Amino acid sequence: MTSVAIADLSLSFGPIEVLKSLNLEVEEGEFVVLLGPSGCGKSTLLNCIAGLLDVTAGQIFIDGENVTWEEPKDRGIGMVFQSYALYPQMSVEKNLSFGLRVAGLPKNEIKKRVDRAAEILQIEPLLKRKPGALSGGQRQRVAIGRALVRDVNVFLFDEPLSNLDAKLRTDLRVELKRLHQRLGNTMIYVTHDQIEALTLADRIAIMKDGLIQQLDSPTEIYNNPYNRFVAGFIGSPGMNFLHGTLTSEAGQWVFNSSGLRVPLSDYGFTNTPQEGQAVELGLRPEHIIVGDASAAQPVIMEVDTELVEPMGADTVLWTNVAGHALTIRTDSESIVKTGDKLNIGFNTSRASLFSENGERV
Amino acid sequence: MADTLAKRAISEPHGPKPKRIISTRNIILYGFLIVAALYWLLPLYVMIVTSLKGLPEIRMGNVFSPPMEVTFAPWVKAWDSACTGLYCEGLKVGFWNSVKILIPSVLISIVIASVNGYALSFWRFKGSEIFFTILLFGAFIPYQVMLYPLVIILRELHLFSSLGGVVLIHTIFGMPILTLLFRNYFASVPEELFKAARVDGAGFWRIFLQIMLPMSLPIFVVAIILQVTGIWNDFLFGIIYAGTHNFPMTVQLNNIVNSTQGVKEYNVNMAATLLTGLLPLIVYFVSGKLFVRGIAAGAVKG
Repeated sequence: MTSVAIADLSLSFGPIEVLKSLNLEVEEGEFVVLLGPSGCGKSTLLNCIAGLLDVTAGQIFIDGENVTWEEPKDRGIGMVFQSYALYPQMSVEKNLSFGLRVAGLPKNEIKKRVDRAAEILQIEPLLKRKPGALSGGQRQRVAIGRALVRDVNVFLFDEPLSNLDAKLRTDLRVELKRLHQRLGNTMIYVTHDQIEALTLADRIAIMKDGLIQQLDSPTEIYNNPYNRFVAGFIGSPGMNFLHGTLTSEAGQWVFNSSGLRVPLSDYGFTNTPQEGQAVELGLRPEHIIVGDASAAQPVIMEVDTELVEPMGADTVLWTNVAGHALTIRTDSESIVKTGDKLNIGFNTSRASLFSENGERV
Repeated sequence: MADTLAKRAISEPHGPKPKRIISTRNIILYGFLIVAALYWLLPLYVMIVTSLKGLPEIRMGNVFSPPMEVTFAPWVKAWDSACTGLYCEGLKVGFWNSVKILIPSVLISIVIASVNGYALSFWRFKGSEIFFTILLFGAFIPYQVMLYPLVIILRELHLFSSLGGVVLIHTIFGMPILTLLFRNYFASVPEELFKAARVDGAGFWRIFLQIMLPMSLPIFVVAIILQVTGIWNDFLFGIIYAGTHNFPMTVQLNNIVNSTQGVKEYNVNMAATLLTGLLPLIVYFVSGKLFVRGIAAGAVKG
């Protein structure tokens, strides 16, 4: 069943079009992450769903009801903000119960819901404290609790972990995932952090310039990006791109780039290319094989190591192929020094090809 | 290696950097501060000293010398029986008039301005920026231009020469600066707080009363200080719009000091002036710290 549906949603601030006729459907119980660079409209979209911004055109449905003109409180949503947005003069308990008191719920019902949220988030000892006396992680837990007590089907998160330090962010990320598994609510989560997106999401919507570029599972997004933008945005270090042309040799497509020749017999084409078409070949750093194992790959060459970046779990090597900078991710146990000659090979079955206008070929 | 390091540490700088108390910088700094303080305190000193002297002692001309015989008679006279024009009932009439003008003016102007500032920061409507600009523009129009038109307006409203009229004038003239103050303060409140309250279902008044008000005590203190001192010190509006029976303390002080009949009673004049200035003085002393904190909070972000 569809939980949240957005139909042809547009939003303009004066002459600036922030969202351009955007469509999105989120299934019940699904965890969808809106991911994109700053200014892509992801937070704006979330605010539209919450009802905090008036849309210029289009419709928003939550649980099958058209809520385009509804007030935020009547939409059946709970929202968590980046800056926590706790009411500073109220205790944690009062923060949690504020919305329920506004709605005029009976006292025992309020207490039941607050206690349940506090139990789930393990913030019972903090209930009497003011937000000022809490750490960042505790504050964000309370903010999540405030969404929780509303007993709604849809949770909206606006970069909830961005204000936390790296360690806490990882911990809370796992907790959020557990929370989702336990509650089974629909969650829409905005972030610019691709690790958060890849780890949390059932599906990721990559946004750019007010449009969703690709809406897919994390593995699909990572392995089969629709376009050059998605390919370049996801992955760290980023995907390597080689400029060249496609030619057909004996019924087989070959990628040519200043002396480099890559036969594409293993590559699964999405569209039929044209002879002589200018394309970009995208290769993920970890899909380039180094050392003896490279001999088994269809394309083999020898390169100089220009820079070595040990990252702990793995090591990133910087080299140069046919005039293009190339990063390679290797096992941290392989000991490579700057200036070493390397044998590398790559398998075109895991590569991506993009036409000049950025679409997958 | 460790040896040489340890040896050097004894002769070379170590530990906290020593601070010299008597340095050129400090002498200049404190010298200037002391001179400035004396400069500002001297008139006050002369006023207090003079107000405690009898007239014969004042005629001897030693302005700076302390009173040989302390007398509180000038203070009593200033408060109770000095002549302000036709009546000789002292400043107390003016004091109570000022209080009657002050309290409603301060309350009404602050209540309206705080709601204005809140609405202009969070509930932006089409043209709200223009509205705000026009309101601010009001702060830059010279009062003189508006005096006569306001006389006519108040006359038509049957409020001229009445307490209500002067309260209305103070409320209106306090609006631009107070609205600016509150708007800027609320602009520094994170917008997400407002959004969270809206998701929680709170409306215009509930967000204002339950979320924003408890957070904005410092700016209220600033507004109260500004209005109390401003309205208390007002002379112009009081003399024009209040009417003879409602003349505020400042107007009556002027009448005492500038009366041309009889002997100039310097001691009574000084006592009357000090009495009139007492309230703002107390307000500043009591709230100095809060005032600075609130001003800083309201002024930083535009």
